Amino acid sequence: MSHLVIIGNGIAGITTARNVRKRSDRKITIISGETGHFFSRTALMYIYMGHMTYEHTKPYEDWFWEKNNLTLIKGFVQSINTDEQIVRLNDGQLIHYDMLVIASGSKSNKFGWPGQDLEGVQGLYSKPDLDLMERNTKNIRRAVIVGGGLIGIEMAEMLNSRKIPVTFLVRETFYWDNILPKEEAQLIGNHIIEHGIDLRLSTELKEIVPDFNGRVSSVITSQGEEISCQFVGLTAGVSPNIDVVKNSKIEANRGVLVNEFLETNITNVYAAGDCVEFRTPKPRHPKIEQLWYTGRMHGEALAKTICGERTAYERGIWFNSAKFFDIEYQTYGYVSNVPLEGEQSFYWQHPNGKHAIRIVYSANDYSVIGFNLFGIRFRQKVCEHWIREKSSIEYVLENLGEANFDPEFFIQFEKSIVGLFNEQNPQKPIALKKRRGLASVAV
Amino acid sequence: MQLVPINGSAEISMSLSQNAYRDMSLSMKAGLGVFGFGLLMLFVSLTGASNDSPALFFFLSFGLSVIGGLIYIVPQIKKYRAGIRNNHIFFSSVMSRGASAWIIGILFTGFYIVLYWFPELISNWIRLVDPLSLILRGKSADQWFLYGTFYTLAVLVMGTRMIVKYRHSRYQILRTSSVMFFQLGFAFIIPSLLEMLNQPGFYFTYFWPLRPYSLWPSDFQNLLAHPGGLGIFMIFWGIIMTFVATPVLTYFFGKRWYCSWVCGCGGLAETLGDPFRQLSDKSLKAWKIERILIHSVLVFVTVTTSLLWLNSYFGGTILGNLSGNFASWYGFLIGSVFSGVIGTGFYPIMGSRVWCRFGCPMAAILGIIQKYFSRFRITTNGGQCISCGNCSTYCEMGIDVRAYAQRGENIVRASCVGCGVCSAVCPRGVLNLENGPSEKRYHLP
Repeated sequence: MSHLVIIGNGIAGITTARNVRKRSDRKITIISGETGHFFSRTALMYIYMGHMTYEHTKPYEDWFWEKNNLTLIKGFVQSINTDEQIVRLNDGQLIHYDMLVIASGSKSNKFGWPGQDLEGVQGLYSKPDLDLMERNTKNIRRAVIVGGGLIGIEMAEMLNSRKIPVTFLVRETFYWDNILPKEEAQLIGNHIIEHGIDLRLSTELKEIVPDFNGRVSSVITSQGEEISCQFVGLTAGVSPNIDVVKNSKIEANRGVLVNEFLETNITNVYAAGDCVEFRTPKPRHPKIEQLWYTGRMHGEALAKTICGERTAYERGIWFNSAKFFDIEYQTYGYVSNVPLEGEQSFYWQHPNGKHAIRIVYSANDYSVIGFNLFGIRFRQKVCEHWIREKSSIEYVLENLGEANFDPEFFIQFEKSIVGLFNEQNPQKPIALKKRRGLASVAV
Repeated sequence: MQLVPINGSAEISMSLSQNAYRDMSLSMKAGLGVFGFGLLMLFVSLTGASNDSPALFFFLSFGLSVIGGLIYIVPQIKKYRAGIRNNHIFFSSVMSRGASAWIIGILFTGFYIVLYWFPELISNWIRLVDPLSLILRGKSADQWFLYGTFYTLAVLVMGTRMIVKYRHSRYQILRTSSVMFFQLGFAFIIPSLLEMLNQPGFYFTYFWPLRPYSLWPSDFQNLLAHPGGLGIFMIFWGIIMTFVATPVLTYFFGKRWYCSWVCGCGGLAETLGDPFRQLSDKSLKAWKIERILIHSVLVFVTVTTSLLWLNSYFGGTILGNLSGNFASWYGFLIGSVFSGVIGTGFYPIMGSRVWCRFGCPMAAILGIIQKYFSRFRITTNGGQCISCGNCSTYCEMGIDVRAYAQRGENIVRASCVGCGVCSAVCPRGVLNLENGPSEKRYHLP
């Protein structure tokens, strides 16, 4: 019987395994050195904050794996021999495979900062990282976080929940402004400050200074300031974890190189999730995608290919979401941080700085290209439909209620949003047509 | 019952840096102090020291507990920003089945046992509420008036806490205000006033089968025997609510119109029970037990009611004591032990909706209607779920919400009471309670 071996029990590996199991009864083995069972990586912060325990972050009960005949092995892969189709674990165990999936995830970036390996300095990606952070942040007086991305702000929120003062060093002029347009980046920046975080924009880490015991005692910033701290969180992004394919014949660059079918250079060896680098990504698609959603979609596509229905990975209309302290963020389609040629954008923000919406549309035919939403929930299906059908900005605004996904009785902003648009574009005023609620949803 | 294991929470709480809990404001401390003094006075009253001046001691015990609770709760509006603040819940002994949870559970359970079967032990407490009972009912208090007072004050104070906690959500504010209103008005004041006016005691917000007597022949006889038209109206009301209002409202809004907006049991669970909602068992096994138990209770109450009517029709000549035995066993097992002792006493151990989930026959009927003939569902927003587990963790009914959400599937479950907390705690805005056309309600992707 054909044996499928999957390295990694994160969302990409597990989605592959589950979807292959739905389609076939072949032998499936999943190897992970991180945890015994699949858990939701995105929920690590909530364990530290006491919202949940580790058990709660497991999407499937422990009996699920045996019942579905998925063999779990806890261990690290030492090497892969693609000629003999054998995976060797670091305890010496040899596992023969017929098909192999590499879904080894990411590693936190370290950019060669002096002192980056000191005690009390760490990234946050894995469950062991979380356990380390629990120990590292015990009885500390101040923490410094380096790198203004999504993990950085999560770490700030985590430490904040334990009343640990945080200094947040962000290289960019505004928080996450390599992704967000300036207005949104400022809105989130203000919200970070509101929560008592010492946010330092346009500031980089120069050096981490140890104490006598080799533990972090302070950092020195690019401005030359020394900040005393007992913990440093390195959150300047993550990179594909390609350790497992080193010294094998599987080609890798920054990530494991694959085509659009997630096939590597070796027959019957595939890769999925964070560790993947696409050889020739489509226009506006990145080479490396490190998101929960893309990991899941890789796994769904790959399972079909493995089961004989060769399927190209297609991520559809782009979407992503996050939560910045109390402000939820959703994005659909493309919204770039600086306006692109041929694009126009309409931005509305509530005076309280907690709700905002940006709609990017074509300057030529006024068709919508993307949405950014802050503190407002929109229906994914409706936004995707509008983007795919190239609906005009006027049509979208007239029917804005159709997309509204906020809970019942929440204050609606459609009138104010459309009012601002009419103020800015007085030539042909538009009127709201659709109310919020399922009855309005046409797609 | 298999309980969710809580790995290492004790270890974490030991390792929590001390400054995590050092942030209680002065007013919160003062509030706790006043509350503690109120509780002390309550126990002093148990000795009978209060019997000479019950009004004074009522204020010192009940009054100060309420005032202290509010002083503790309300200033948190300033202290904590609006938003989801579930920080440290699983480090807390009370809220994650630690030693204090077991102590509180035993106290709650003990209170119910005393209340139901040994009320003479708390007769001095009953005397404490005499002045209030005289004002509202025109007669001195009994154990049920004492219970009603405790119950209503718990809903009001802890309801205030719920509103403070979820003040960023208008759904939660309205829903909580609604259960507070119905408890205070319809389950406490109106029944009291009816007694004052020598009218039959009646609860307009409890119907068959949650309050089975509403459709039992004995209640009909009592109501009919009362002079004036009110008794007939009450019979009429009970029948309409059970057979017309329940199916119609559940068709349009799901069972939430009752369970988390009107019902007193639900009201207590949503207010006093909120700190314990995360303790419900989410396992598949628990769901199986739930389906067997709750429908057995529904069968039990239906059989009992039918027997009583048969017996009444035949004038008690055919069935003998059978129907009476059924009725008294139902009252003891379901009415007292299940809904009271276990239902509320086990809040800190099994979560806030044990009765509603495993026992309530009203919830069983509403659930069947909700599952098969309703416009209500929880919509899942496309592929946005990150499987974090907050929704399942904070579902008081033990629904594994995430199992549906991560598949992009809508949630249509008989047990869902529509409290809306899954939607509130979701960090990605994936879930929304909605009423709409019932076709494609399940939306299987």
